[in-house]
Amino acid sequence: MISLIPRKDIPLALTVMTPIMAIAITLFVGAIIFATLGYDPLEALYQFFVAPVSRSDQIADLFVKACPLIIIASGLIFCYRANIWNIGAEGQLILGAVFSGYVALTFPGLPAWAMIPLMVIAGIFGGMLWAMIPALLKTRFNTNEILVSLMLTYVAALLIDWIVRGPWRDPMSFGFPLTKMYVDAALISRIELPGIGYLGQLHWGVVGALLLALCAWFVLDRMLVGFQVKVMGAAPRAGRFAGFSPTFVTFMVLGISGAAAGIAGMVEVSANIGQLQPEISFGYGFTAIIVAFLARLNPLAVIGAGLVVALAELGGDSAQITLGMPKVVTGVFKGILLFMLLAGETFNRFHVEIRPSRSSAAKSVEVQN
Amino acid sequence: MPAFFVDIGVGLKSFAIIKSLSMLFLSRVISFASPQLCLYPLPVDYGRWPLIATHPLEAFMKARPRLRTSKDTAKKTGAAPAGDQMPLLNASGVIKRFGDFIANDNVSFSIYEGEIHALLGENGAGKSTFVKMVYGLMQPDAGVFEWRGKPVKITGPQHARDMGIGMVFQHFSLFQALTVAENIQLALPAGESLSSLSDRVRIMSAEYGIGVDPDARIHNLSVGQQQRVEIMRCLLQDPSLLIMDEPTSVLTPQEADQLFDVLRRFSNSGVAILFISHKLDEIRALTSRATVLRRGINVGTVNTDTRSARQLAEMMVGETVADVVRKTAPADDDILLEISNLSRPRSTQFSTPLRNISLQARRGEILAIAGIAGNGQDELMEALIGEWRDANNGIMVIEGLDITHAGPTARRNAGISFVPEERNGHAAVPAMSLADNNLLTSHSLAGAVKKGIIDNNAMRQAADDVTTAFDVRLPNENPLASALSGGNLQKFVVGREIAKSPKVLIISQPTWGVDVGAAMFIRSAMLKLAAKGSAVVMISQDLEEVFMIAHRIAVLYDGHLSAAMDVTGLTAEKVGLLMGGIAASKGAEA
Amino acid sequence: MIEQLILTVIMTSIPLIFAASGELIAERSGVLNLGVEGMMLMGAVAAFAVAMGTGSPLLGMFAGAFAGALTAGIFAFFTLGLATNQVATGLALTIFGTGLSGLVGAPLVGQAIDGLAQVHLPLLADIPFLGTLLFQHDILAYLAVIMVALCAWVLSATRVGLILRAVGDNHESAHALGYSVLSVRLLAVIFGGMMAGLGGAYLPLVLTPHWAEGMTAGRGWIALALVVFASWRPWRVLGGALVFGGITIMQLAGQARGWTIPSQFLSMLPYLATIIVLVLISRNREFALANSPACLGRIFHAGK
Repeated sequence: MISLIPRKDIPLALTVMTPIMAIAITLFVGAIIFATLGYDPLEALYQFFVAPVSRSDQIADLFVKACPLIIIASGLIFCYRANIWNIGAEGQLILGAVFSGYVALTFPGLPAWAMIPLMVIAGIFGGMLWAMIPALLKTRFNTNEILVSLMLTYVAALLIDWIVRGPWRDPMSFGFPLTKMYVDAALISRIELPGIGYLGQLHWGVVGALLLALCAWFVLDRMLVGFQVKVMGAAPRAGRFAGFSPTFVTFMVLGISGAAAGIAGMVEVSANIGQLQPEISFGYGFTAIIVAFLARLNPLAVIGAGLVVALAELGGDSAQITLGMPKVVTGVFKGILLFMLLAGETFNRFHVEIRPSRSSAAKSVEVQN
Repeated sequence: MPAFFVDIGVGLKSFAIIKSLSMLFLSRVISFASPQLCLYPLPVDYGRWPLIATHPLEAFMKARPRLRTSKDTAKKTGAAPAGDQMPLLNASGVIKRFGDFIANDNVSFSIYEGEIHALLGENGAGKSTFVKMVYGLMQPDAGVFEWRGKPVKITGPQHARDMGIGMVFQHFSLFQALTVAENIQLALPAGESLSSLSDRVRIMSAEYGIGVDPDARIHNLSVGQQQRVEIMRCLLQDPSLLIMDEPTSVLTPQEADQLFDVLRRFSNSGVAILFISHKLDEIRALTSRATVLRRGINVGTVNTDTRSARQLAEMMVGETVADVVRKTAPADDDILLEISNLSRPRSTQFSTPLRNISLQARRGEILAIAGIAGNGQDELMEALIGEWRDANNGIMVIEGLDITHAGPTARRNAGISFVPEERNGHAAVPAMSLADNNLLTSHSLAGAVKKGIIDNNAMRQAADDVTTAFDVRLPNENPLASALSGGNLQKFVVGREIAKSPKVLIISQPTWGVDVGAAMFIRSAMLKLAAKGSAVVMISQDLEEVFMIAHRIAVLYDGHLSAAMDVTGLTAEKVGLLMGGIAASKGAEA
Repeated sequence: MIEQLILTVIMTSIPLIFAASGELIAERSGVLNLGVEGMMLMGAVAAFAVAMGTGSPLLGMFAGAFAGALTAGIFAFFTLGLATNQVATGLALTIFGTGLSGLVGAPLVGQAIDGLAQVHLPLLADIPFLGTLLFQHDILAYLAVIMVALCAWVLSATRVGLILRAVGDNHESAHALGYSVLSVRLLAVIFGGMMAGLGGAYLPLVLTPHWAEGMTAGRGWIALALVVFASWRPWRVLGGALVFGGITIMQLAGQARGWTIPSQFLSMLPYLATIIVLVLISRNREFALANSPACLGRIFHAGK
């Protein structure tokens, strides 16, 4: 039977080792699954985690893949720290893309210096708007934000589907559900390194993502608003005692995470796709949840975590092409990784003892009084 | 009087217990149902046991023959047993560890039939751990229990109940959403249908006047009624050993006396009672022997009539206990904080409404608000902190500044500090450092936050100053609040507020669950603060504490606050009556 | 036409009835399992694979229940054994279940099976109108109603149900009385998984006789909302599921009648309805929380 005894203090090594161990175990379990499915586990792991990053431009593409994950996860961390469960970042991302797309498609004549900032603002507005709905319903009617934010994701997906098939469809698209291509001023340009030139698809959005993660860290770690978020999540009653408003914090964290997801939507379309289409995200909003947990809800660690999870995404593509493995394998990996990370939290907080079952009374989790 | 009471067979034992218990209930119910029998007007809330100073039934009960004539009529029952008698329960060398912490270290203990035995010790001394092992909730790592002379392994509460061990928990083990009958059914062996059990409860309730509807849901019952359900549930199991974990913490002194009366009757009918408490006077009044635990070790089993309360306290603490000396009441009439006509409607079905509360706190005094838990203390504290506010109810003024509409932050800026009852998760965030916990109540004060950015160094320094000044012992360099012991964390949250030199300190249950040393430290810190010219408003259930340090005492009963009375010339008995609601209802009429 | 429409509504509601009443039992014991979607998908893919492999949809049904229960076992191991956060673990279960079902089901895409046969109840099936609606279903549909009745009866009238409610109401007290909180919850979670698996199995075995990745399309989440809607009372799940079935069918009916509203907006209806229902139920706190288990989502620690 498993017995949990709280730790008095948490060794730093354990804090760092937890995510690393989680990744290692996930790889091990993944290898077993591959073997079960009849693939050579070593070959599969190689295709998954080494092949996609064996060239420098591929590494640059890894950053590109990680870009939306880092942006979204930086925002989600605020929610999860405040114990608000926004799982609808995917929908907020779509709304950000739609709103920024509105700017790009309606005002193609805007000068370049105004276009991108306006699109970012529109993206923030769209994402926030979508996130404000669960915030409003939760604070006003005590409605569960998990279900509302998720339901709104389905709604958002249908909304963009209608938009690109209906009102915004490019008449020249030969019936494809696509809008017009954005004008050049509305596209985020690739980074040209002096002496090297373009490095894969590396674009300025990636730099923005890294800056956003830094900002998130500063706000959460150094500023009073960040402190409010942490207190509300750890002990809401202490938060009210301190004079913080739960309503304000709920709106704030959902607003921040919605804005972040909105930015991610804007960047994704503007840097990688160049027009709106029914599918603009490959589940980034959900994958970012895992990134946030892999980072143990620390915004600085989000960068590393985003790269690790992006590698799994690229690996899925690579394994699909070379081994004919279904793309969904990545989902299995992500699920296992999240399980392992959560288990890791337990090992952080408790000494876990496994011993043979004794009497019925001893079967419970024993915690010191 | 009925002759069968004189000689009680085994089969009649539980009946006798119920009967004698029910007399207690009966007296209360009749006094409620027929007010003309009572000497005092009764409060409307029938849920609380109305208190009667000398009730006609009291005399009736006294006139009844004792349950067992062989016992003498001394105040104490179950006097120290003869040497050759076999103990009902004997524990030897019991050890229980949690990780590297030893909660019970080689504890030996025995209790005899008909004995009332106290288990005495500070919080964390291992009392709860020990009784949990007796009740089968935990298994000892080493040591033996013997039941009626035979070694036994108590595998679980079900087993304990089958053996004849019943337990009344301190924080009742009742299920709020379930009915009385369902709660009782859960503690009885399977087989009896709910309707048949309900009928039994109803019959018993009607016959003996227990006054609890089996179909009522627990959350609709008062604290007193809940305790009756808890006790009734135990008695239906026909126990030979009854464990009571701090049962008087929800009772007034008078109610406690009546409970003791009932417990003595049980013990006369042969039931052994293991009575857990840290209230020494209570233990000396009720029990014949006491086993004292200190940091998990049995430091001795003593006859309680041979020891003074102070001697028991010293056994419990392990060192000489210092007294706190209160200076006489302040001459100053300067009112610092004034609250008028604060009312608060019932917010949930579990809460108590506040009714027209007015109070004045003067410079230099400690004003105590006494009362049994559940009479509106939590609601009052929330209203004082500003966690709950209502534009139309009451006025709150500090030194001429109206703070009725101000939130906690603005109230702190105006010079009030607060220490709520619950340390973990209300006064402090367990998962945060002491520096962060310092920031919790000083983020609006000078030097803590500049342009939205926290000055972490200043917070660390401030936390260090508090730990030094208030002798907070830290387990390591930079611990989380959760790593501190209860007493040390309480010293920290009290020190954090006193360090701000507030004009008014509002503090709830300042020494709840704190060891004696820390309690004395906190009490003298409060006295010092008052002596320096602040006002202290202290909400406390601990009458001993209230009389020890307060200058004036007001009593909170069912959301009413009595007028504050000068402590000189005030008796515990009078305050006790107010705590039971006798004069409060008189006051409301006046 | 109207007969056909109502029949479709009933059939659409069956997976929701299974999943929601299973989740209701788990929640009544105090466990919030957000992984319903994942468990349903695992049930669906297992049911389809076994039905295709053996040619027996009945065996497929059992496989679906088993797969759902097994998936729930993973959740139980983490949340009960290792005391992990229930919300996050539920999300992990959905991600994992979606992925694994897609992986296992990849070779099955495009295949077709014979669905569960209809069982006409003798005599009753011949009643005009009602007979077609109520008594000409497959075995799973009857089972759904039986399970709701069973859940309602167990919860309200048996000792098992009493213990379950007690554990969900106050796990510390239940532990103090000697009930094994974790065992009760384990069984409740496994039961919830089994029911979700059956709900998932209904999709490929009856509704659409093929397998598609993510074919539950959010039904697991709607089932979670249904539990709130039903305010933790089994019979209300039945009514709620029919309402949701009706809303889902409205889009088909709308398209058939040539409504001018874009189909996407009609497809949004179930999701929007879920939100509206949640608001209506939650705004009245007293009502919403009347039967809500006090320990829902809380991690159990014995002793304190």
